[in-house]
Amino acid sequence: MSHSAVLPARSLADRLTGTFWRRPGLLLALLILPPLLWLGVVYLGSLFALLLQSFYSIDEFSGVVKEEFTLKTYAELFRAQNLDIILRTVLMAAAVTLACAVLAFPIAYFAARYAKGGWKAAFYLGVMLPLWSSYLVKVYAWKLILAKEGVLTWAAEGTGTGFLIDGLLTIPGLEGSSLSTSPFGTFLVFVYIWLPYMILPMQAALERVPTSMLEASADLGATRGQTFRTVILPLAMPGVIAGSIFTFSLTLGDYIIPQIVGNSSRFIGLAVYQLQGTAGNIPLAAAFAVVPIVIMLIYLTLAKRAGAFDAL
Amino acid sequence: MHSDRPSLLLKITAIGGLLFLHLPILFIFLYAFTTEERTYQFPPPGLTLKWFSVAWFDRPDIWPPLYLSLKVAAIATVLAMILGTLAAAAMSRARFFGRDQLSLLIILPIALPGVITGMSLRSAFGIMDIPFSTWTIVLGHATFCIVIVYNNAVARMRRLSGGIMEASADLGANAFQTFRYVLLPNLGSALLAGGMLAFALSFDEVIVTTFTAGQQSTLPIWMLNELVRPRQRPVTNVVAIVVFAATFVPILIAYYLTRGGSETAGMGK
Repeated sequence: MSHSAVLPARSLADRLTGTFWRRPGLLLALLILPPLLWLGVVYLGSLFALLLQSFYSIDEFSGVVKEEFTLKTYAELFRAQNLDIILRTVLMAAAVTLACAVLAFPIAYFAARYAKGGWKAAFYLGVMLPLWSSYLVKVYAWKLILAKEGVLTWAAEGTGTGFLIDGLLTIPGLEGSSLSTSPFGTFLVFVYIWLPYMILPMQAALERVPTSMLEASADLGATRGQTFRTVILPLAMPGVIAGSIFTFSLTLGDYIIPQIVGNSSRFIGLAVYQLQGTAGNIPLAAAFAVVPIVIMLIYLTLAKRAGAFDAL
Repeated sequence: MHSDRPSLLLKITAIGGLLFLHLPILFIFLYAFTTEERTYQFPPPGLTLKWFSVAWFDRPDIWPPLYLSLKVAAIATVLAMILGTLAAAAMSRARFFGRDQLSLLIILPIALPGVITGMSLRSAFGIMDIPFSTWTIVLGHATFCIVIVYNNAVARMRRLSGGIMEASADLGANAFQTFRYVLLPNLGSALLAGGMLAFALSFDEVIVTTFTAGQQSTLPIWMLNELVRPRQRPVTNVVAIVVFAATFVPILIAYYLTRGGSETAGMGK
Protein backbone atom coordinates (compact mmCIF):
# COMPACT_ATOMS: atom_id res chain seq x y z
CA MET A 1 0.00 0.00 0.00
CA SER A 2 1.71 3.15 -1.11
CA HIS A 3 -1.14 5.54 -0.38
CA SER A 4 -0.52 7.85 2.52
CA ALA A 5 -3.26 8.33 5.12
CA VAL A 6 -2.71 12.05 4.78
CA LEU A 7 -4.25 13.65 1.72
CA PRO A 8 -1.82 15.71 -0.36
CA ALA A 9 -2.20 19.48 -0.15
CA ARG A 10 -4.11 20.56 -3.24
CA SER A 11 -4.41 24.26 -2.83
CA LEU A 12 -3.18 27.28 -0.93
CA ALA A 13 -6.04 26.83 1.53
CA ASP A 14 -4.84 23.30 2.30
CA ARG A 15 -1.28 24.45 2.80
CA LEU A 16 -2.44 27.25 5.12
CA THR A 17 -4.47 24.71 7.08
CA GLY A 18 -1.31 22.66 7.56
CA THR A 19 0.59 25.72 8.73
CA PHE A 20 -2.19 26.61 11.21
CA TRP A 21 -2.13 23.04 12.50
CA ARG A 22 1.61 23.09 13.06
CA ARG A 23 1.67 26.58 14.52
CA PRO A 24 -1.59 27.25 16.40
CA GLY A 25 -0.11 30.46 17.73
CA LEU A 26 -0.11 31.93 14.22
CA LEU A 27 -3.85 31.40 13.72
CA LEU A 28 -4.53 32.82 17.17
CA ALA A 29 -2.44 35.88 16.35
CA LEU A 30 -4.28 36.37 13.04
CA LEU A 31 -7.65 36.11 14.77
CA ILE A 32 -6.78 38.38 17.65
CA LEU A 33 -4.90 41.07 15.76
CA PRO A 34 -7.79 43.03 14.16
CA PRO A 35 -9.95 43.37 17.31
CA LEU A 36 -6.86 44.00 19.44
CA LEU A 37 -5.64 46.73 17.09
CA TRP A 38 -9.08 48.35 16.96
CA LEU A 39 -9.64 48.36 20.71
CA GLY A 40 -6.01 49.13 21.47
CA VAL A 41 -5.69 52.04 19.07
CA VAL A 42 -9.20 53.49 18.96
CA TYR A 43 -10.32 52.87 22.52
CA LEU A 44 -7.21 52.74 24.70
CA GLY A 45 -5.66 55.42 22.51
CA SER A 46 -8.66 57.65 23.16
CA LEU A 47 -8.60 56.99 26.89
CA PHE A 48 -4.96 57.97 26.85
CA ALA A 49 -5.84 61.12 24.92
CA LEU A 50 -8.43 61.89 27.60
CA LEU A 51 -5.80 61.63 30.33
CA LEU A 52 -3.39 63.72 28.28
CA GLN A 53 -5.97 66.46 27.69
CA SER A 54 -6.79 66.58 31.38
CA PHE A 55 -3.19 67.55 32.13
CA TYR A 56 -3.31 70.42 29.63
CA SER A 57 -4.83 73.75 30.50
CA ILE A 58 -6.65 76.54 28.74
CA ASP A 59 -5.31 80.02 28.34
CA GLU A 60 -7.74 82.26 30.17
CA PHE A 61 -7.42 85.17 27.76
CA SER A 62 -7.19 83.57 24.34
CA GLY A 63 -9.20 80.40 25.16
CA VAL A 64 -6.59 78.31 23.34
CA VAL A 65 -5.51 74.95 24.77
CA LYS A 66 -1.93 75.10 26.06
CA GLU A 67 -0.30 71.75 25.41
CA GLU A 68 1.98 71.74 28.44
CA PHE A 69 1.84 69.44 31.44
CA THR A 70 0.09 71.08 34.39
CA LEU A 71 -2.07 70.12 37.37
CA LYS A 72 -3.89 73.45 37.18
CA THR A 73 -6.92 71.92 35.48
CA TYR A 74 -7.33 69.28 38.18
CA ALA A 75 -7.02 72.01 40.81
CA GLU A 76 -10.03 73.70 39.22
CA LEU A 77 -12.12 70.64 40.05
CA PHE A 78 -11.77 71.58 43.72
CA ARG A 79 -13.51 74.93 43.31
CA ALA A 80 -16.68 75.07 45.39
CA GLN A 81 -19.04 75.04 42.39
CA ASN A 82 -17.30 72.06 40.80
CA LEU A 83 -17.17 70.13 44.08
CA ASP A 84 -20.91 70.80 44.33
CA ILE A 85 -21.45 69.15 40.95
CA ILE A 86 -19.42 66.09 41.96
CA LEU A 87 -21.15 65.75 45.32
CA ARG A 88 -24.62 66.15 43.79
CA THR A 89 -23.85 63.48 41.19
CA VAL A 90 -22.52 60.98 43.74
CA LEU A 91 -25.53 61.54 46.04
CA MET A 92 -27.91 61.04 43.12
CA ALA A 93 -26.09 57.88 42.05
CA ALA A 94 -26.26 56.49 45.59
CA ALA A 95 -29.97 57.30 45.97
CA VAL A 96 -30.79 55.80 42.56
CA THR A 97 -28.83 52.64 43.36
CA LEU A 98 -30.65 52.17 46.69
CA ALA A 99 -34.07 52.73 45.14
CA CYS A 100 -33.28 50.35 42.28
CA ALA A 101 -32.19 47.64 44.74
CA VAL A 102 -35.43 47.94 46.71
CA LEU A 103 -37.68 48.01 43.62
CA ALA A 104 -35.78 45.25 41.83
CA PHE A 105 -35.94 42.73 44.67
CA PRO A 106 -39.58 41.59 44.41
CA ILE A 107 -39.38 41.30 40.62
CA ALA A 108 -36.09 39.39 40.72
CA TYR A 109 -37.26 37.16 43.58
CA PHE A 110 -40.57 36.32 41.95
CA ALA A 111 -38.90 35.64 38.60
CA ALA A 112 -36.18 33.48 40.18
CA ARG A 113 -38.32 31.42 42.52
CA TYR A 114 -41.94 31.26 41.41
CA ALA A 115 -42.12 32.05 37.69
CA LYS A 116 -42.28 28.83 35.65
CA GLY A 117 -42.60 28.09 31.95
CA GLY A 118 -44.47 30.81 30.10
CA TRP A 119 -44.34 33.17 33.07
CA LYS A 120 -40.57 32.79 33.23
CA ALA A 121 -40.25 33.81 29.57
CA ALA A 122 -42.69 36.67 30.17
CA PHE A 123 -40.65 37.98 33.09
CA TYR A 124 -37.43 37.59 31.12
CA LEU A 125 -38.77 39.50 28.12
CA GLY A 126 -40.52 41.90 30.48
CA VAL A 127 -37.16 42.96 31.90
CA MET A 128 -35.10 42.61 28.73
CA LEU A 129 -37.31 44.68 26.44
CA PRO A 130 -37.28 47.86 28.58
CA LEU A 131 -33.53 47.40 29.04
CA TRP A 132 -32.87 47.35 25.32
CA SER A 133 -35.57 49.61 23.95
CA SER A 134 -34.69 53.13 22.97
CA TYR A 135 -33.18 55.15 25.80
CA LEU A 136 -34.34 58.53 24.48
CA VAL A 137 -37.88 57.30 23.90
CA LYS A 138 -38.07 56.11 27.51
CA VAL A 139 -36.82 59.45 28.83
CA TYR A 140 -39.30 61.26 26.58
CA ALA A 141 -42.15 59.10 27.91
CA TRP A 142 -41.39 60.41 31.41
CA LYS A 143 -41.33 63.98 30.20
CA LEU A 144 -44.92 63.43 29.05
CA ILE A 145 -45.93 61.75 32.30
CA LEU A 146 -44.34 64.24 34.69
CA ALA A 147 -45.33 67.42 32.86
CA LYS A 148 -47.45 69.89 34.83
CA GLU A 149 -50.47 69.32 32.60
CA GLY A 150 -49.56 65.64 32.13
CA VAL A 151 -50.73 62.20 33.18
CA LEU A 152 -49.51 62.20 36.76
CA THR A 153 -51.17 65.49 37.69
CA TRP A 154 -54.39 64.31 36.07
CA ALA A 155 -54.29 61.03 38.00
CA ALA A 156 -53.46 62.81 41.27
CA GLU A 157 -56.36 65.21 40.82
CA GLY A 158 -58.71 62.40 39.90
CA THR A 159 -57.84 60.48 43.06
CA GLY A 160 -57.56 63.54 45.30
CA THR A 161 -53.88 62.94 46.01
CA GLY A 162 -52.61 66.12 44.38
CA PHE A 163 -51.53 67.43 47.78
CA LEU A 164 -48.89 64.67 47.93
CA ILE A 165 -47.14 65.96 44.80
CA ASP A 166 -47.53 69.57 45.93
CA GLY A 167 -46.08 68.64 49.32
CA LEU A 168 -43.16 66.85 47.69
CA LEU A 169 -42.42 69.89 45.53
CA THR A 170 -42.12 72.18 48.59
CA ILE A 171 -39.45 70.04 50.29
CA PRO A 172 -36.21 72.07 50.27
CA GLY A 173 -33.94 70.81 47.49
CA LEU A 174 -36.79 69.25 45.53
CA GLU A 175 -38.64 72.43 44.57
CA GLY A 176 -40.06 72.81 41.10
CA SER A 177 -43.20 73.94 39.35
CA SER A 178 -43.93 70.30 38.52
CA LEU A 179 -42.19 66.96 38.90
CA SER A 180 -40.66 67.41 35.44
CA THR A 181 -38.67 70.40 36.71
CA SER A 182 -37.88 68.98 40.17
CA PRO A 183 -34.76 66.97 41.13
CA PHE A 184 -37.19 64.32 42.35
CA GLY A 185 -38.33 63.88 38.74
CA THR A 186 -34.70 63.43 37.66
CA PHE A 187 -34.33 60.77 40.36
CA LEU A 188 -37.51 59.00 39.27
CA VAL A 189 -36.42 58.81 35.63
CA PHE A 190 -32.94 57.56 36.60
CA VAL A 191 -34.52 54.78 38.67
CA TYR A 192 -36.85 53.83 35.84
CA ILE A 193 -34.13 53.74 33.18
CA TRP A 194 -31.54 51.76 35.16
CA LEU A 195 -33.89 49.39 37.05
CA PRO A 196 -33.52 46.46 34.58
CA TYR A 197 -29.74 46.57 35.07
CA MET A 198 -30.32 45.79 38.75
CA ILE A 199 -32.99 43.13 38.22
CA LEU A 200 -30.95 40.86 35.94
CA PRO A 201 -27.86 40.24 38.12
CA MET A 202 -30.08 40.07 41.22
CA GLN A 203 -32.26 37.42 39.60
CA ALA A 204 -29.17 35.47 38.54
CA ALA A 205 -27.91 35.49 42.15
CA LEU A 206 -31.30 34.53 43.58
CA GLU A 207 -31.62 31.63 41.15
CA ARG A 208 -28.50 30.12 42.70
CA VAL A 209 -30.00 30.11 46.23
CA PRO A 210 -30.93 26.45 46.88
CA THR A 211 -34.53 25.87 47.95
CA SER A 212 -33.26 23.40 50.54
CA MET A 213 -31.67 26.26 52.46
CA LEU A 214 -35.00 28.06 52.71
CA GLU A 215 -36.63 24.84 53.88
CA ALA A 216 -33.88 24.30 56.43
CA SER A 217 -34.34 27.84 57.66
CA ALA A 218 -38.09 27.27 58.02
CA ASP A 219 -37.55 23.92 59.73
CA LEU A 220 -35.31 25.60 62.27
CA GLY A 221 -38.17 27.91 63.12
CA ALA A 222 -37.19 31.09 61.30
CA THR A 223 -39.97 33.47 60.33
CA ARG A 224 -40.22 34.78 56.78
CA GLY A 225 -38.45 37.97 57.87
CA GLN A 226 -35.62 36.07 59.57
CA THR A 227 -35.12 33.81 56.54
CA PHE A 228 -34.98 36.92 54.35
CA ARG A 229 -32.45 38.71 56.55
CA THR A 230 -30.16 35.80 57.39
CA VAL A 231 -30.37 33.52 54.35
CA ILE A 232 -31.72 35.16 51.20
CA LEU A 233 -30.19 38.62 51.52
CA PRO A 234 -26.58 37.52 52.19
CA LEU A 235 -26.75 35.05 49.31
CA ALA A 236 -28.27 37.65 46.98
CA MET A 237 -25.65 40.26 47.92
CA PRO A 238 -23.18 39.49 45.08
CA GLY A 239 -26.03 40.10 42.62
CA VAL A 240 -27.02 43.33 44.32
CA ILE A 241 -23.45 44.59 44.21
CA ALA A 242 -23.03 43.58 40.57
CA GLY A 243 -26.24 45.46 39.77
CA SER A 244 -25.21 48.44 41.85
CA ILE A 245 -22.02 48.75 39.79
CA PHE A 246 -24.23 49.27 36.73
CA THR A 247 -26.74 51.65 38.29
CA PHE A 248 -24.04 53.67 40.08
CA SER A 249 -21.73 53.98 37.10
CA LEU A 250 -24.51 54.72 34.61
CA THR A 251 -25.97 57.46 36.81
CA LEU A 252 -22.53 58.99 37.33
CA GLY A 253 -22.01 59.48 33.63
CA ASP A 254 -25.48 60.32 32.33
CA TYR A 255 -26.15 63.83 31.10
CA ILE A 256 -29.28 63.46 28.98
CA ILE A 257 -31.77 62.83 31.78
CA PRO A 258 -30.86 65.87 33.95
CA GLN A 259 -31.04 67.97 30.79
CA ILE A 260 -34.59 66.90 29.94
CA VAL A 261 -36.17 66.29 33.34
CA GLY A 262 -35.11 68.41 36.32
CA ASN A 263 -34.16 71.91 37.33
CA SER A 264 -31.06 72.00 35.07
CA SER A 265 -28.68 71.92 38.02
CA ARG A 266 -25.49 70.38 36.75
CA PHE A 267 -24.23 66.82 37.04
CA ILE A 268 -20.78 65.51 36.08
CA GLY A 269 -21.93 64.32 32.66
CA LEU A 270 -23.66 67.59 31.88
CA ALA A 271 -20.59 69.55 32.99
CA VAL A 272 -18.39 67.48 30.65
CA TYR A 273 -20.78 68.02 27.77
CA GLN A 274 -21.14 71.77 28.25
CA LEU A 275 -17.43 72.34 28.87
CA GLN A 276 -16.33 70.56 25.69
CA GLY A 277 -19.13 72.09 23.62
CA THR A 278 -20.21 75.66 24.20
CA ALA A 279 -17.40 76.55 26.61
CA GLY A 280 -14.71 74.92 24.48
CA ASN A 281 -12.69 74.02 27.57
CA ILE A 282 -11.62 70.50 26.60
CA PRO A 283 -8.96 70.12 29.32
CA LEU A 284 -11.44 70.79 32.13
CA ALA A 285 -14.05 68.58 30.44
CA ALA A 286 -11.47 65.79 30.28
CA ALA A 287 -10.56 66.27 33.95
CA PHE A 288 -14.26 66.06 34.84
CA ALA A 289 -14.59 62.85 32.82
CA VAL A 290 -11.74 61.32 34.83
CA VAL A 291 -13.77 61.83 38.04
CA PRO A 292 -16.31 59.01 37.37
CA ILE A 293 -13.44 56.69 36.43
CA VAL A 294 -11.74 57.38 39.77
CA ILE A 295 -15.00 57.04 41.72
CA MET A 296 -15.77 53.73 40.00
CA LEU A 297 -12.26 52.43 40.73
CA ILE A 298 -12.74 53.28 44.43
CA TYR A 299 -16.20 51.68 44.35
CA LEU A 300 -14.88 48.49 42.74
CA THR A 301 -12.01 48.28 45.23
CA LEU A 302 -14.41 48.63 48.14
CA ALA A 303 -16.77 46.05 46.65
CA LYS A 304 -13.87 43.68 46.14
CA ARG A 305 -12.66 44.18 49.71
CA ALA A 306 -16.20 43.47 50.93
CA GLY A 307 -15.91 40.14 49.16
CA ALA A 308 -18.51 40.96 46.54
CA PHE A 309 -16.66 39.14 43.76
CA ASP A 310 -15.80 35.99 45.71
CA ALA A 311 -19.27 34.57 45.30
CA LEU A 312 -19.68 35.54 41.66
CA MET B 1 -42.34 29.80 57.22
CA HIS B 2 -41.22 28.80 53.78
CA SER B 3 -43.91 27.96 51.29
CA ASP B 4 -44.03 27.15 47.60
CA ARG B 5 -46.58 29.81 46.86
CA PRO B 6 -45.68 33.46 46.59
CA SER B 7 -47.30 35.76 49.10
CA LEU B 8 -49.89 38.15 47.77
CA LEU B 9 -47.66 41.12 48.57
CA LEU B 10 -44.78 39.66 46.56
CA LYS B 11 -47.09 38.94 43.63
CA ILE B 12 -48.47 42.48 43.63
CA THR B 13 -45.08 44.18 43.93
CA ALA B 14 -43.51 41.96 41.26
CA ILE B 15 -46.28 42.49 38.74
CA GLY B 16 -46.53 46.16 39.72
CA GLY B 17 -42.79 46.46 39.05
CA LEU B 18 -43.17 44.98 35.59
CA LEU B 19 -46.06 47.34 34.81
CA PHE B 20 -43.90 50.25 36.02
CA LEU B 21 -41.32 49.19 33.42
CA HIS B 22 -43.80 49.02 30.56
CA LEU B 23 -46.69 51.46 30.98
CA PRO B 24 -44.70 54.68 30.38
CA ILE B 25 -43.90 53.63 26.79
CA LEU B 26 -47.62 53.53 25.95
CA PHE B 27 -47.91 57.27 26.43
CA ILE B 28 -45.45 57.81 23.57
CA PHE B 29 -47.98 56.10 21.30
CA LEU B 30 -50.98 57.95 22.70
CA TYR B 31 -49.39 61.39 22.33
CA ALA B 32 -48.61 60.79 18.65
CA PHE B 33 -52.38 61.09 18.05
CA THR B 34 -53.18 64.12 20.19
CA THR B 35 -54.53 67.30 18.62
CA GLU B 36 -52.69 69.47 21.15
CA GLU B 37 -49.25 70.41 19.87
CA ARG B 38 -48.04 72.99 22.42
CA THR B 39 -48.42 71.19 25.75
CA TYR B 40 -48.48 67.64 27.07
CA GLN B 41 -52.11 67.97 28.14
CA PHE B 42 -53.68 64.78 29.48
CA PRO B 43 -56.14 63.44 28.55
CA PRO B 44 -55.60 64.63 24.97
CA PRO B 45 -58.39 67.04 23.89
CA GLY B 46 -58.85 65.10 20.65
CA LEU B 47 -57.30 62.42 18.49
CA THR B 48 -55.97 62.80 14.96
CA LEU B 49 -53.81 60.98 12.42
CA LYS B 50 -52.51 64.18 10.89
CA TRP B 51 -49.06 64.13 12.57
CA PHE B 52 -48.06 61.03 10.63
CA SER B 53 -48.61 62.83 7.34
CA VAL B 54 -47.00 66.01 8.69
CA ALA B 55 -43.91 64.00 9.66
CA TRP B 56 -43.83 62.33 6.26
CA PHE B 57 -44.54 65.30 3.98
CA ASP B 58 -43.90 68.57 5.79
CA ARG B 59 -40.80 67.91 7.85
CA PRO B 60 -37.85 67.46 5.49
CA ASP B 61 -35.53 67.94 8.49
CA ILE B 62 -36.32 64.37 9.62
CA TRP B 63 -34.94 62.54 6.60
CA PRO B 64 -31.19 63.41 6.58
CA PRO B 65 -30.78 62.37 10.26
CA LEU B 66 -32.67 59.14 9.52
CA TYR B 67 -30.37 58.31 6.59
CA LEU B 68 -27.29 59.14 8.65
CA SER B 69 -28.45 56.93 11.52
CA LEU B 70 -29.17 54.02 9.19
CA LYS B 71 -25.81 54.44 7.47
CA VAL B 72 -23.84 54.64 10.73
CA ALA B 73 -25.71 51.70 12.27
CA ALA B 74 -25.17 49.55 9.17
CA ILE B 75 -21.42 50.23 8.95
CA ALA B 76 -20.88 49.93 12.70
CA THR B 77 -22.79 46.63 12.77
CA VAL B 78 -20.72 45.12 9.97
CA LEU B 79 -17.47 46.21 11.63
CA ALA B 80 -18.61 44.95 15.03
CA MET B 81 -19.70 41.59 13.58
CA ILE B 82 -16.29 41.03 11.98
CA LEU B 83 -14.24 42.17 14.96
CA GLY B 84 -16.52 40.59 17.58
CA THR B 85 -16.52 37.20 15.82
CA LEU B 86 -12.73 37.23 15.44
CA ALA B 87 -12.31 38.08 19.12
CA ALA B 88 -14.78 35.36 20.15
CA ALA B 89 -13.01 32.79 17.96
CA ALA B 90 -9.65 33.66 19.49
CA MET B 91 -10.96 33.61 23.06
CA SER B 92 -12.70 30.27 22.65
CA ARG B 93 -9.62 28.61 21.15
CA ALA B 94 -6.99 28.85 23.78
CA ARG B 95 -5.81 30.17 27.07
CA PHE B 96 -3.05 32.61 26.33
CA PHE B 97 -1.11 35.36 27.97
CA GLY B 98 -3.22 38.47 28.46
CA ARG B 99 -6.52 36.68 27.86
CA ASP B 100 -8.25 38.17 30.91
CA GLN B 101 -6.94 41.64 30.09
CA LEU B 102 -8.28 41.32 26.55
CA SER B 103 -11.74 40.29 27.73
CA LEU B 104 -11.73 43.30 30.07
CA LEU B 105 -10.71 45.53 27.15
CA ILE B 106 -13.63 44.24 25.07
CA ILE B 107 -16.15 44.91 27.85
CA LEU B 108 -14.72 48.25 28.98
CA PRO B 109 -16.36 50.48 26.32
CA ILE B 110 -19.78 49.37 27.56
CA ALA B 111 -18.91 49.11 31.26
CA LEU B 112 -17.68 52.69 31.57
CA PRO B 113 -20.34 55.40 31.26
CA GLY B 114 -20.87 56.57 27.68
CA VAL B 115 -19.77 60.07 28.54
CA ILE B 116 -16.23 58.76 29.16
CA THR B 117 -16.06 56.92 25.85
CA GLY B 118 -17.46 60.00 24.13
CA MET B 119 -15.16 62.47 25.83
CA SER B 120 -12.15 60.20 25.21
CA LEU B 121 -12.83 60.07 21.48
CA ARG B 122 -13.47 63.81 21.48
CA SER B 123 -10.08 64.38 23.19
CA ALA B 124 -8.33 62.14 20.66
CA PHE B 125 -9.96 63.95 17.71
CA GLY B 126 -8.91 67.23 19.30
CA ILE B 127 -5.28 66.21 19.76
CA MET B 128 -4.95 64.74 16.28
CA ASP B 129 -7.01 67.47 14.56
CA ILE B 130 -9.40 64.94 13.03
CA PRO B 131 -12.48 66.72 11.61
CA PHE B 132 -15.91 65.31 12.50
CA SER B 133 -17.47 63.08 9.86
CA THR B 134 -19.65 60.01 9.48
CA TRP B 135 -16.54 57.99 10.23
CA THR B 136 -15.89 59.62 13.59
CA ILE B 137 -19.41 58.52 14.62
CA VAL B 138 -18.82 55.01 13.25
CA LEU B 139 -15.56 54.76 15.19
CA GLY B 140 -17.35 55.20 18.50
CA HIS B 141 -20.34 53.03 17.63
CA ALA B 142 -18.32 50.06 16.36
CA THR B 143 -16.21 50.18 19.53
CA PHE B 144 -19.12 49.64 21.90
CA CYS B 145 -20.96 47.26 19.53
CA ILE B 146 -18.06 44.76 19.42
CA VAL B 147 -18.91 43.47 22.89
CA ILE B 148 -22.54 42.75 21.91
CA VAL B 149 -21.57 40.49 18.99
CA TYR B 150 -18.73 39.04 21.06
CA ASN B 151 -21.03 38.05 23.94
CA ASN B 152 -23.43 36.25 21.63
CA ALA B 153 -20.71 34.48 19.62
CA VAL B 154 -18.67 33.42 22.65
CA ALA B 155 -21.72 31.91 24.39
CA ARG B 156 -22.60 29.90 21.29
CA MET B 157 -19.02 28.71 20.80
CA ARG B 158 -18.93 27.50 24.38
CA ARG B 159 -21.91 25.28 23.62
CA LEU B 160 -20.40 23.90 20.39
CA SER B 161 -18.48 20.72 20.98
CA GLY B 162 -14.92 20.83 19.68
CA GLY B 163 -15.56 17.36 18.27
CA ILE B 164 -17.36 18.62 15.15
CA MET B 165 -14.33 20.71 14.16
CA GLU B 166 -12.06 17.70 14.55
CA ALA B 167 -14.49 15.52 12.66
CA SER B 168 -14.48 18.04 9.82
CA ALA B 169 -10.66 17.99 9.72
CA ASP B 170 -10.60 14.18 9.82
CA LEU B 171 -12.93 14.10 6.84
CA GLY B 172 -10.40 16.12 4.88
CA ALA B 173 -11.80 19.64 5.06
CA ASN B 174 -9.29 22.43 5.31
CA ALA B 175 -9.64 25.28 7.81
CA PHE B 176 -11.64 27.46 5.42
CA GLN B 177 -14.04 24.68 4.46
CA THR B 178 -14.55 23.89 8.15
CA PHE B 179 -15.32 27.53 8.76
CA ARG B 180 -17.71 27.75 5.81
CA TYR B 181 -19.57 24.46 6.20
CA VAL B 182 -19.34 23.66 9.92
CA LEU B 183 -18.63 26.69 12.04
CA LEU B 184 -20.67 29.33 10.21
CA PRO B 185 -23.96 27.37 10.06
CA ASN B 186 -23.65 26.66 13.78
CA LEU B 187 -22.76 30.23 14.69
CA GLY B 188 -25.10 31.84 12.19
CA SER B 189 -28.12 32.58 14.33
CA ALA B 190 -26.01 33.79 17.26
CA LEU B 191 -24.12 36.16 14.97
CA LEU B 192 -27.34 37.38 13.41
CA ALA B 193 -28.77 38.01 16.89
CA GLY B 194 -25.60 39.86 17.88
CA GLY B 195 -25.79 41.92 14.71
CA MET B 196 -29.44 42.79 15.35
CA LEU B 197 -28.68 43.96 18.87
CA ALA B 198 -25.64 45.91 17.70
CA PHE B 199 -27.77 47.62 15.06
CA ALA B 200 -30.45 48.48 17.62
CA LEU B 201 -27.87 49.84 20.04
CA SER B 202 -26.14 51.94 17.39
CA PHE B 203 -29.35 53.27 15.83
CA ASP B 204 -30.51 54.53 19.21
CA GLU B 205 -27.20 55.75 20.69
CA VAL B 206 -27.05 59.38 21.71
CA ILE B 207 -24.53 59.85 24.53
CA VAL B 208 -21.33 58.91 22.70
CA THR B 209 -22.68 60.31 19.44
CA THR B 210 -23.08 63.88 20.71
CA PHE B 211 -19.33 63.94 21.31
CA THR B 212 -18.31 62.45 17.96
CA ALA B 213 -20.84 64.01 15.57
CA GLY B 214 -19.87 67.69 15.62
CA GLN B 215 -22.55 69.53 13.66
CA GLN B 216 -24.04 66.37 12.15
CA SER B 217 -27.38 65.12 13.32
CA THR B 218 -28.36 61.48 13.76
CA LEU B 219 -31.99 60.65 14.44
CA PRO B 220 -31.47 60.42 18.24
CA ILE B 221 -29.66 63.78 18.20
CA TRP B 222 -32.55 65.25 16.20
CA MET B 223 -34.91 63.89 18.85
CA LEU B 224 -32.81 65.28 21.67
CA ASN B 225 -32.92 68.74 20.08
CA GLU B 226 -36.69 68.48 19.75
CA LEU B 227 -36.96 67.50 23.42
CA VAL B 228 -34.90 70.46 24.57
CA ARG B 229 -36.59 72.95 22.20
CA PRO B 230 -39.93 71.45 21.20
CA ARG B 231 -41.86 72.64 18.17
CA GLN B 232 -44.61 70.33 16.79
CA ARG B 233 -44.49 67.97 19.79
CA PRO B 234 -46.63 65.14 18.34
CA VAL B 235 -44.24 64.89 15.36
CA THR B 236 -41.49 64.04 17.85
CA ASN B 237 -43.76 61.24 19.08
CA VAL B 238 -44.20 59.91 15.55
CA VAL B 239 -40.41 59.77 15.18
CA ALA B 240 -40.13 58.24 18.65
CA ILE B 241 -42.43 55.43 17.54
CA VAL B 242 -40.18 54.78 14.55
CA VAL B 243 -37.07 54.73 16.77
CA PHE B 244 -38.85 52.50 19.26
CA ALA B 245 -39.84 50.05 16.53
CA ALA B 246 -36.33 50.11 15.07
CA THR B 247 -34.95 48.91 18.41
CA PHE B 248 -37.88 46.76 19.56
CA VAL B 249 -38.16 44.52 16.48
CA PRO B 250 -34.44 43.55 16.33
CA ILE B 251 -34.52 42.69 20.05
CA LEU B 252 -37.52 40.39 19.58
CA ILE B 253 -35.86 38.71 16.61
CA ALA B 254 -32.62 38.32 18.58
CA TYR B 255 -34.55 36.79 21.46
CA TYR B 256 -36.27 34.38 19.08
CA LEU B 257 -32.97 33.40 17.42
CA THR B 258 -31.15 32.60 20.65
CA ARG B 259 -33.94 31.40 22.93
CA GLY B 260 -33.15 28.31 24.96
CA GLY B 261 -29.47 29.15 25.05
CA SER B 262 -27.48 30.92 27.70
CA GLU B 263 -26.51 33.67 25.31
CA THR B 264 -29.97 35.15 24.96
CA ALA B 265 -29.73 38.83 24.25
CA GLY B 266 -27.83 38.78 27.51
CA MET B 267 -26.38 41.48 29.68
CA GLY B 268 -23.92 43.68 28.06
CA LYS B 269 -25.80 46.74 26.99
